[in-house]
Amino acid sequence: MRSDIVIVGGGPAGLAAAIAAAKENSSLDILILERDSELGGILNQCIHNGFGLHTFNEELTGPEYAARFEEQLAGLNIRYMLNTMVLDVESSKVTAINSEEGVFEVECHAIVLCMGCRERPRGALNIPGLRPAGIFTAGTAQRLVNIEGYMPGREVVILGSGDIGLIMARRMTLEGAKVKAVCELMPYSGGLKRNIVQCLDDFNIPLLLSHTVIDIKGKERVTSVVIAEVDSSLKPIPGTEQEITCDTLLLSCGLIPENELSRAADVKINPATNGPVVNESFETSVPGIFSCGNVLHVHDLVDYVSEESSRAGRSAAKFVSYNGPEYSKPAILIKAGNGVRYTVPSNVRDINVEDDLIIRFRSGNVYKNAYVDVLFDGEVKMHRKKQIITPGEMEQVIIKRRDLDEVDSDITIRIMEG
Amino acid sequence: MNNSYDIIIIGAGVTGAAIARELSRYECRVLVIEKDEDLCSGTSKANSGIVHAGYDAKPGTLKAKMNIRGNGMMPVLAQELDIPFKQIGSLVVCTDESMRSGIEELYQRGLTNGVPNMKILGREEVIQMEPNISENVVCALFAPNAGIICPFRLNIALAECANQNGVDFVFDSKVLSVEKKGDHFEVTAPDEVYRCSAVINCAGCHSDELHNMVSDRKLHITPRRGDYMLLDRSTKGFVNHVIFPQPTRLGKGILVTPTVHGNTLVGPTAIDTDNKDEAPVTADGLTQVSAGSARNVEGVPLRQVITGFSGLRAHEDSGEFILEEVSDCPGFFDCVGIESPGLTACPAIGEYMASQVSAKLSLTLKKEWNPICHDVKKPFEMSANERNALIKEHPEYGRIICRCETVTEGEIIDAVKRPLGARSLDGVKRRTRAGMGRCQGGFCSPRVMEIISRETGIPLDEVTKNGGNSKILTGRTKDEI
Repeated sequence: MRSDIVIVGGGPAGLAAAIAAAKENSSLDILILERDSELGGILNQCIHNGFGLHTFNEELTGPEYAARFEEQLAGLNIRYMLNTMVLDVESSKVTAINSEEGVFEVECHAIVLCMGCRERPRGALNIPGLRPAGIFTAGTAQRLVNIEGYMPGREVVILGSGDIGLIMARRMTLEGAKVKAVCELMPYSGGLKRNIVQCLDDFNIPLLLSHTVIDIKGKERVTSVVIAEVDSSLKPIPGTEQEITCDTLLLSCGLIPENELSRAADVKINPATNGPVVNESFETSVPGIFSCGNVLHVHDLVDYVSEESSRAGRSAAKFVSYNGPEYSKPAILIKAGNGVRYTVPSNVRDINVEDDLIIRFRSGNVYKNAYVDVLFDGEVKMHRKKQIITPGEMEQVIIKRRDLDEVDSDITIRIMEG
Repeated sequence: MNNSYDIIIIGAGVTGAAIARELSRYECRVLVIEKDEDLCSGTSKANSGIVHAGYDAKPGTLKAKMNIRGNGMMPVLAQELDIPFKQIGSLVVCTDESMRSGIEELYQRGLTNGVPNMKILGREEVIQMEPNISENVVCALFAPNAGIICPFRLNIALAECANQNGVDFVFDSKVLSVEKKGDHFEVTAPDEVYRCSAVINCAGCHSDELHNMVSDRKLHITPRRGDYMLLDRSTKGFVNHVIFPQPTRLGKGILVTPTVHGNTLVGPTAIDTDNKDEAPVTADGLTQVSAGSARNVEGVPLRQVITGFSGLRAHEDSGEFILEEVSDCPGFFDCVGIESPGLTACPAIGEYMASQVSAKLSLTLKKEWNPICHDVKKPFEMSANERNALIKEHPEYGRIICRCETVTEGEIIDAVKRPLGARSLDGVKRRTRAGMGRCQGGFCSPRVMEIISRETGIPLDEVTKNGGNSKILTGRTKDEI
C-alpha cells in the first residue's frame, strides 16, 4: 500500500492534521489509521461542553467538536481505516494490522504522529493496599459511564485533580453517585480553574489539597480508602490519616503521551514532556516525521490541539510537495528558563514561521503576580505581568515573525516573581 | 454416583495442577476442588516466576530433591505444554569481601545437591555479563540451569492438560470439612458433598487447616508476604540473568530479573503476617524492594514501574516441604509448606505424589495419554505468512484489544472459550496478558468485559475482576435518579 502522508491516529490531532494537509495540497493522498472503531478519539466520550470556544466561538460537546472536523473529510482527498492499529513506524514506512488486511505496510513520504496519551495507572503511582475491583482511571470510568451506560461505582473518592477527574466528579454526581472527596497530592490543582468551579464547587465536593491515598482496603471490591495530609516533601504526615468508606477510587494523576511508536522510529523525546522534540513546523528529529496533539505534549484545551495539528499537517504537506528552502543559519533554540518546565517548539527555523510564532509552555509551580519574560540571546525583549500562572494551565507567548530577525542563537522563556 | 471420585485434590494452584496432570496418566476418577473462581489464584499467581537452579536448599531435604528434579523436568514440560520458559541462568552476587566464603559455601551445597555446570565468577566476568551490576561486586555464583517461566501458563497448562485427560475441576468451592468415614473420605463443599478414596491436600496457605481436620499431629503455616514491583517492557535488557543477593534466613532476598515477557521484576520482601487471604502492598514493603534491589544493581529504573503486587508464601514451621501420607489418617496425602522453590519443584512434586497415591490405590496406567497442550494462539509469535493466513480465516485475530501487549480479540475469545476458560478480567489477563501492560487495562478492560459477557452470557454488570463480589460495574446509569 502507498500514500503520500500517513496520519497515525484519528482523534482531534489526526483529523486537524489530515484536513490541513489536504487543504494545503489537494493532490496529495492522505491516509488516517485509527485503532478505534470510529474517528474522534477521546472526544467521543467527552459529552460535556466547553469545546471549541477558540476555534468556533461557541461551546460544543466533544462529539460535536469532532463532528465539525469529520464533516470536512468527505470533500477532501483523505482516506481512513478504522480498527487498524499501527505496529511500527520507520522514516518512510508504517506497519499496521486490521482484520481485513492482516499485517500490512504503507509506504509514504511523510508521517504525522497523533497517538494521544494514556492515563497513569494505579500501579505506576505506588499506592499501597489491596488490589480489589473498583479502582479505575478517570478516563476508563468516563468511557464506562458515557459510552457503555454503566456505573463504575456509587461512593467515590478521586485521587488527583486532573481535568478528567474533575469532569468525572461532576458526571458521577449527576448520575446519582456520591463523590466524597477529591484529594490532590500537590498544594495546587492539576486542572483548569473553570473545572474546579463548575465541577467541584458547584456540587459541594471538597478538594483536599496536599492529600493523598495511603491505603486501599477491600478484598473483592473497594470498601474504603485511607487518606492523609502530606508535608512539603509530599510525605504523609502521621496522625492525619482519615478512612473514607467508598466502593470506588478514581485516579486522575497525570497523562502520559503514548510515544512507544515514536521511540521505535528513533524520534528524540523531551524528558520534560515525554513527547517528541519538535521545531516550528512540528517536525521531529527525524525528517518527514511530524508530531502533534497530546502525543506531543498534554493539552488542557482541544482548540490548541487543533491549531497546532493544522500547522503540523500543513508542514507535512509542504514537506512532501516542495523542496524546502536551504537553511542558511542554524535553528534558533527555544530554552525553558526559570520556572518553565518545557516549551513547544524547542527550536525554530525563522524562514518557516507563518505569521506569528506561538511558543506554548507550562510552569513548574504556582506563581502570583509574576512576570513572563522573553529573552533574545539573553536580553529581555518582553516583560509581561500575569496575575496567576499554574502548572495546570498551559501558557503561551506570541512572537512576531519579523522580530525573529533580531535573534542570533536562542530565545529563553522564564517566569520571574514580582 | 456422580460426586464419587477415586481421588480429590484440594487446590488448583501449581502443585494441585501438577499432581492432577500426573494422575491423569492412570485409570482413575480425579476431581480438583478450588475455593476461588479460577486456576492460579493463590500463591501461584504472585511469585518471582523463577526456575531455581537448586543450590539453596539444604542437601538431603525434599526441597533440594524436588528442586533439582523439577529444574531438570522443566525444559521438556515447557515444550509439551507450550509454556514461555527461558533458561537464562542466575547470579548470586557477593558485594562484600567478608562474605566471599558464603558464595563458596553455596557452590559446595550446589555440588552436593547435584546442580550442573556452576561456576564462581570473578568481578570482571560478572561486570561483563551484567553491565549494571553493583560497583561493589566481588564475585558471583553463576548457575546456567536457572531460568524464568510464565507462572500463569505453567499452572493453567498443567490443569488444562489434566482436564483434557479426564480430570474434573470445580471452582468457587471452598472445602469446609474432610472426614474419614470407614474406607473413604467425605469432602464437604458449600454446594456438594463428595466421596473419595484418597485426598491430596494442596491448599497452599490453608493446607495446615486441611491437615489439622484429619490429624492430631498439628501443622502450622505462616503466610510470608512478598512485595514486588514490575517494570515496563522498555526496561528490557537492563539485566540479562536472575540476580540474587546472598541468601539469609528469611529467604533468597530481593532479586532483579527479566521476565519471560520482557519486563523487569524486582522483589520480593519477606514479611510474616497472620492474614492468609489478603496480601496488601505496603509503603514499607515497596521501600524495602527499592533499597534491596539497589544493593546489587546500579540504577534500577524503578520510575518505570507499571504495577506493584504482593504474594503469600506458605511457610510451614519445619521449613521443609511436607509430601507424604498423613501417618494417623491413611489415604490423606499432604503437600504442605510449598513455598520457594515450589514453582520449580511442581512437576517433581506431581510425579512424587502421583507415585505414592497410585501405589496406595493400586492404579494402572491408561493405554493412551496426551502430554501435549497448546497455549492460546499468539499471532505475534507467528511468521508474517502464518499470521495473515490466520487473520484471513479468523478476522478476530486482526483486531487488537490490548494495545500495550498487542493482544487480539481472537486470543481473548480463545481464553474464554477453551476448557477451564477465563470468566473474569484477571482470568483473561493471566491467559493472554491483556491488561498486563503499561496502561494496566485502562483502555482494554471495558472491551475485554464486553467480550467475556458476549462469549459466556454473563451480563456485563456481573463480570468480575476475579470472581466473588469483585464486580467491575455497579449497575446501569440512571438507575438511581
